[in-house]
Amino acid sequence: MVAMPAVDPLLPTPYIVREITKETPDTFTLMLRPENGDSSSPFLPGQFSMLWVFGVGELPISISGEPSRHDRLTYTVRSVGQATHAFISQQRGDAVGVRGPFGVGWPVAEARGRDVIIVAGGIGLAPLRPVIYDVLANRKDYGRLVILYGVRSPRDLLYRKELAAWARQRDTQVLTTVDYGGISWRGHVGVVTTLFKYARFRQAQAVAMICGPEIMMRFVARDLELQGLARENIYVSMERNMKCGVGFCGHCQYGPHFICKDGPVFGFDRIRPLLDKYEL
Amino acid sequence: METLERIVADHPFFQGLDHDFTELVVGCASNVRFKAGEYIFKEGDPADTFYLIREGKVALEIFAPQHKPIIVSTLGVGDILGWSWLVPPYVWKFHAHGISDTRAIALDGKCLRNKCESNHDLGYELFKRFAHIMEQRLESTRFQLLDVYATRR
Amino acid sequence: MEPVCDASGVQAAEGSSIAAAGRRVQTYVLPADRLDELIAALKQRAYDVLGPTLRDSAVVYEHIEFADELPRGWTDSQEPGRYRLEKRQDEAFFGYVIGPQSWKKFLYPAQTLRWAAERTGNTFRILNNERSGSRPYALLGVRPCELSAIGIHDRIFLDDRYPDTIYEAARSAVFIIVAQCTQAAATCFCDSMQTGPCANSGFDLALTELAGGGEHRFVIEAGSERGTQLLAQTSARAATDDDLSEAEAARSGALKQLRSIDNTGIRELLYNSFDHPRWEQVAARCLACGNCTMVCPTCFCITVEDTSDVSGQHAARWRYWDSCFTLNFSYIHGGSVRNTGKARYRQWMTHKLAAWIDQFGVSGCVGCGRCITWCPVGIDITEEVRLIREAKLNGNS
Repeated sequence: MVAMPAVDPLLPTPYIVREITKETPDTFTLMLRPENGDSSSPFLPGQFSMLWVFGVGELPISISGEPSRHDRLTYTVRSVGQATHAFISQQRGDAVGVRGPFGVGWPVAEARGRDVIIVAGGIGLAPLRPVIYDVLANRKDYGRLVILYGVRSPRDLLYRKELAAWARQRDTQVLTTVDYGGISWRGHVGVVTTLFKYARFRQAQAVAMICGPEIMMRFVARDLELQGLARENIYVSMERNMKCGVGFCGHCQYGPHFICKDGPVFGFDRIRPLLDKYEL
Repeated sequence: METLERIVADHPFFQGLDHDFTELVVGCASNVRFKAGEYIFKEGDPADTFYLIREGKVALEIFAPQHKPIIVSTLGVGDILGWSWLVPPYVWKFHAHGISDTRAIALDGKCLRNKCESNHDLGYELFKRFAHIMEQRLESTRFQLLDVYATRR
Repeated sequence: MEPVCDASGVQAAEGSSIAAAGRRVQTYVLPADRLDELIAALKQRAYDVLGPTLRDSAVVYEHIEFADELPRGWTDSQEPGRYRLEKRQDEAFFGYVIGPQSWKKFLYPAQTLRWAAERTGNTFRILNNERSGSRPYALLGVRPCELSAIGIHDRIFLDDRYPDTIYEAARSAVFIIVAQCTQAAATCFCDSMQTGPCANSGFDLALTELAGGGEHRFVIEAGSERGTQLLAQTSARAATDDDLSEAEAARSGALKQLRSIDNTGIRELLYNSFDHPRWEQVAARCLACGNCTMVCPTCFCITVEDTSDVSGQHAARWRYWDSCFTLNFSYIHGGSVRNTGKARYRQWMTHKLAAWIDQFGVSGCVGCGRCITWCPVGIDITEEVRLIREAKLNGNS
């Protein structure tokens, strides 16, 4: 495999769409491979790429695939506007421009030897999936793995088959809940914090990683603190408007932080004072 | 062996309750079990009992014409089931459906209501605790309504 | 005799071709009517000379060929929301203080092609991205505050995590000729920002113009080897002690500044003033027009636009100046985070004076006063800081 040469972070590299999976009515997972059998860019869980659709626009999307695979990059994207729609409409064999990976990722190394609590809301499970892969691939290096996942309704669940497979792993708990169950859902109904009472982990030995809408991350982090987790052991993934991904355009600033360079993953201790600032 | 008194006193909901009051409450308490699939109460039934869930899972459901009832919330270990016994007209607004085998402490609401009428201090202690439960449920419900996962406001 | 200026002056970027210089060595004198020799020498070395000119009732930077394109005999009068050109008594070339534009007009242009791409088969390739054939710039008439601003951009685009290759290319061979200030505008406050009023290093040449009686001449400090070499091609002679002392006296004129910012603890002051009532008051006046961000020499926010031609075979990415004052700037998930003008003004000022320090190790403000002059309603950043600080001291917030 040819090693990726150092590239100008502002120029996209073509990757070819190889697999498309429909996760939900508006969300798709695309697996991309570099051209010519090159190695894909190595990445850390929590990092993101800037994905370019020829002549349309660019999107910051978290990488949702396996960090240990060096022949592909996988992204789960929800169609919400022109650029995301163009992306999920790509066909197999189409080329997409990839820049990155960028950003500070999840504290996977710091979590070694401890219980790992993953709390995901909606499409927030996508940036957390690489953590789950890493933990399961190095199972003995970690304590319990608890995955708490909340979505709006059952049809919005991502990675259903994998969720079931993860639940069967050693020392691993997977709990899902919906805001609204509809006619046939017989599982948990309620916000994701209502799952805490079923989660089994050691408060003093846990690292929590939360990803989802900002409101959800706020009330989850708050409840985790009430459960006895220290702020330094809680991490969230923030999001803001991004145009460049490398700290030049100024759009993603959140207080003094550039979400593209200093984040998107932040320790809750650092971000807590900013979360309350309306219109920061 | 766990006595009823012990279970009630240890339950988070009754934490900090005076020994005398705990006795009063225990006087209205009993152990109950429900099988998976059993209905604990139904919408429209008189609400004269509330439950401290010790084991199992219960779904709060609403009757929906032409198909099965819709679950609006699921409760589990440690949760309190039911507060309609506290407020007139003392009628259940939802079904409570045991999803798994469930063990609970049942508290006789009528009995407790009478005791609260004659002992307002006990009434105040219970209302304080239920206010907290209602606040939690209201907050959760609001978050569910917010549809935080939506893409457009 | 010690120079009037203190030892401030932003360090040039590491690895750049501009070396820090000793202060009293290599000082020359060039008669004012020989300024063209300097420009000619630059052109002969294939520089694209940029300098101040008069246009649209203001001093603007343009490509120049000859000294007579400079705003000779003109000065500017500046107040919050007001800029007027006025005739001087003398014929000074650099007798104005500062115009609306900064050198970012050329080093960080408002509109740039970032790269172009074309489809090939089912994939695409980035077209040859090199910017060959453009001559390096020579900046004639850089004010000390502007030099500081360029140094700040160097920190952002050359010294931070990722380099901006376009900036790198434009910046690397730039020849800088400072025009030391001999007067301050009413809106200047570089002294309190420690970015002026004179430049001590980071330039190739620094001119102090002596135009008020006696021979009209430039006292020139060489700041680099190539600065010295360039002067060797002119009829510049060595400076005498009298030349030096006259130059210092002239530069001291720039110390008389009416405005200032007290930067003590400014980070904490602004971070802790998020809910200060002053923001509502300034927001009531602010039009969110973004003039301040356009004229500010350090503002760098940009946006990108992806375009494609009708055939769909060619695509390009363009970079444009953007402003945090636009409603769209913070748009995400169906709405803007900074919806109100108040939030946007607060963001701009807090970033400029406080967050910038956390991000780049220096303040983002160089005290040039342009934002004060060119604000249509005359909002004064120095006054805003003062009022926030005073109210805090009085326990009013």
